[in-house]
Amino acid sequence: MSNLRRSILFIPGNNPGMLQNADVFDADSVIFDLEDSVSLDEKDSARLLVKEVLDTINFNCEIIVRINPFDTPFYEDDVNLIKNSNANLILLPKASCESVLDLTKRLEATKINIMVLIETAMGVEQVFAILSSSERCKGLMIGGEDLCVDLNCPRTKAGNEIFYARSRLVNCAKALNKFVIDTPFTDTNDEKGLIVDTKFAKSLGFIGKASINPRQIYFINEVFSPTALEIKHAKRIIAAKESALKQGLGVFALDGKMVDLPIIKRAESLLETSRKLGLIKE
Amino acid sequence: MEILGYKKDYQLFNGVDLNKKTKFITPQKNNQSKAKVKQNLNDLFSEIELKDGMTLSFHHHLRNGDYVLNFVMQEIARRKVKDITIFASSLFPIHAPLVPLIENGVVTSIYAAFISGPVASAISEGKLQKCVIMHTHGGRARLVESGDVTIDIAFIASPTCDKLGNITGTIGKSACGSLGYAVTDALYAKTTVALTDNLVTNLDSYEIDKKYIDYIISVDSIGDSKGIVSGTTQITKNPLGLKIARLTTEIIKHSGYFKNGFSFQTGAGGISLAVSYYLKQLMLEEDIKGSFASGGITGYLVDMLENDLFEKLYDVQCFDLEAVRSIHENRNHLAISASKYANINDDCIVNDLDFVILGATEIDLDFNVNVTTTSTGEIMGGSGGHSDTAAGANVTIVVSQLFNARIPVIKDKVICKTTPGETIDILVTERGIAINPLRKDLYERLKETNLPIKSIAELKAISDNLIGVPEEIKFADKIIGVVEYRDGSVIDFLYKKSK
Repeated sequence: MSNLRRSILFIPGNNPGMLQNADVFDADSVIFDLEDSVSLDEKDSARLLVKEVLDTINFNCEIIVRINPFDTPFYEDDVNLIKNSNANLILLPKASCESVLDLTKRLEATKINIMVLIETAMGVEQVFAILSSSERCKGLMIGGEDLCVDLNCPRTKAGNEIFYARSRLVNCAKALNKFVIDTPFTDTNDEKGLIVDTKFAKSLGFIGKASINPRQIYFINEVFSPTALEIKHAKRIIAAKESALKQGLGVFALDGKMVDLPIIKRAESLLETSRKLGLIKE
Repeated sequence: MEILGYKKDYQLFNGVDLNKKTKFITPQKNNQSKAKVKQNLNDLFSEIELKDGMTLSFHHHLRNGDYVLNFVMQEIARRKVKDITIFASSLFPIHAPLVPLIENGVVTSIYAAFISGPVASAISEGKLQKCVIMHTHGGRARLVESGDVTIDIAFIASPTCDKLGNITGTIGKSACGSLGYAVTDALYAKTTVALTDNLVTNLDSYEIDKKYIDYIISVDSIGDSKGIVSGTTQITKNPLGLKIARLTTEIIKHSGYFKNGFSFQTGAGGISLAVSYYLKQLMLEEDIKGSFASGGITGYLVDMLENDLFEKLYDVQCFDLEAVRSIHENRNHLAISASKYANINDDCIVNDLDFVILGATEIDLDFNVNVTTTSTGEIMGGSGGHSDTAAGANVTIVVSQLFNARIPVIKDKVICKTTPGETIDILVTERGIAINPLRKDLYERLKETNLPIKSIAELKAISDNLIGVPEEIKFADKIIGVVEYRDGSVIDFLYKKSK
């Protein structure tokens, strides 16, 4: 596992074929879904299937299980079964401070962490408190579709309607040193639209993007991976820094532009990511 | 071991290129008659004698839209002729009317490079009195020119034929493009009959010369143009298939053979088409232009020709109607015969290939491939050009999901050895790629990349761990057919399944 979360793929918890192949689509993380993609009459069988899959297969990517919301009759059964699995994270939909605290308590004796799904107007406004409410809560995902239902506005490809929510969630997550994942792009046949939307999310500060179709993973990973040009430039910055250090210089210029600490940190981070992805062989 | 209906002095496969023949029959035909047109089959058969035990040939360019084989064989059956050998380049589900003729002894032996549908099932059930001989596309041309098979009458479905006998497949209501598999039949058959639904006065350009044609019959329809296209003409949407196609394109990129002037062949399956799609993007990105693409031609390869990514297309068979259009319009889209395409004794195109992308029903730990039977042992396919291109290409890549519906592709031993492992270089699956240890050069180049290289045994272990090992299929002792390698040696036998 690369410990990156460039791409996170939703897989319906009632689809054995896809569950079995969860880690071959090159997503950094996968979400085994017990919520929206599972019909009411399959909740129990999906829960049991996901647990069985987790007990049987040793996946080589991060495993997240999306359980049903706190206020549904399935929540308790979901938590009770999944807390005894080797899932890495539980994704809590329609998260609130109350539901995060409840889940934290139930997971006390486990190593499973929490990721919250912010998909209501109230959730957006309370996100700082929600993220702060538990040490176990490591990050968030924005759920654009449900949020737009709550906002009573159409969900568009341009995404202007969730611009505020995206920006607020990124800022709160970064302020609390938590990870922040963008909402899926739901037109699975629009590769160009997906790339535009993913680039936009990256530009806002999201570290990755969720996906509802394995075909999208390649493009999302491409956007969130360093390019050869970026790697080359980062290497030049680090080389220039080392040269400057030898000369006793604190600040130096490269290609006529001043290089200071934030630029060096960004270059180091990019090279670290590149190493994790095998883009740099040393 | 004697096999009913097969030559007694057959040789077993003993390595690639070890059984080449050097003596061939030279075509002598030169029929300049101007009175070749007959009213119908009845008229024809009153002139040429039909005998029990004859060998009749048919081509498969009309694929699953072919009407010719069926109506010719119905007339043969009506005339109480028995013990016929069908020498067809391929047979499809549309040829189901052959089954009762197999059951009542009208047809007792079949040669083909590919068989699917009810005829394949009937053969698997042991209904053929003699045996089926599954050859390769190149092997079919070799069989005829070496004299191993003598065609008594070749029936050539002809999309357009002029009154002198010149034939083209590129125009007419049943246009199918190249007639590559029919050329050999026309050249070597004792008697050649063109059946056409577009009889014209004169053709200026044609693929088969009139001198090889003895009779012409005009019919209402030789086939259904909708059936001419291959089963799959769109790239797969299956994410596993797309991943396999991307990995394959990466292999091509880093193989050492991807440079200006390279050559390429792929099939018409969903993954193969996706490889063409990604290869086009790669060629544009890297500013690489190829010399030729060959084989069965699809619209994707036509698109690459028209965008100057390849200089030429060598077309033995059009897989879709876009290819049919192109071969008619574009002088760099060239029809070739099956012999020129893949005959081991010819200066064939496959020997100039850099890359070929192939499928597999099964592959074993020695990289031997089965594309002749299903994973449960019934005949369903055949080599086609599989063995020919695998032997000729510099880099032979087999693409397949590691398993599908709990059926694994990697087995300890394939049910039927169609293509020898020594000619397969790389297996690409969604869970990793395996390089044949014989290709140390490819391993050395590819190990420097991020490609997920594993041994084929490691891939098998992953598969076995996830879906288990299927029970071994049991076969009866009765041999129902032979699989001929492209050189004419017997590479495997086909058996009837145990009850």
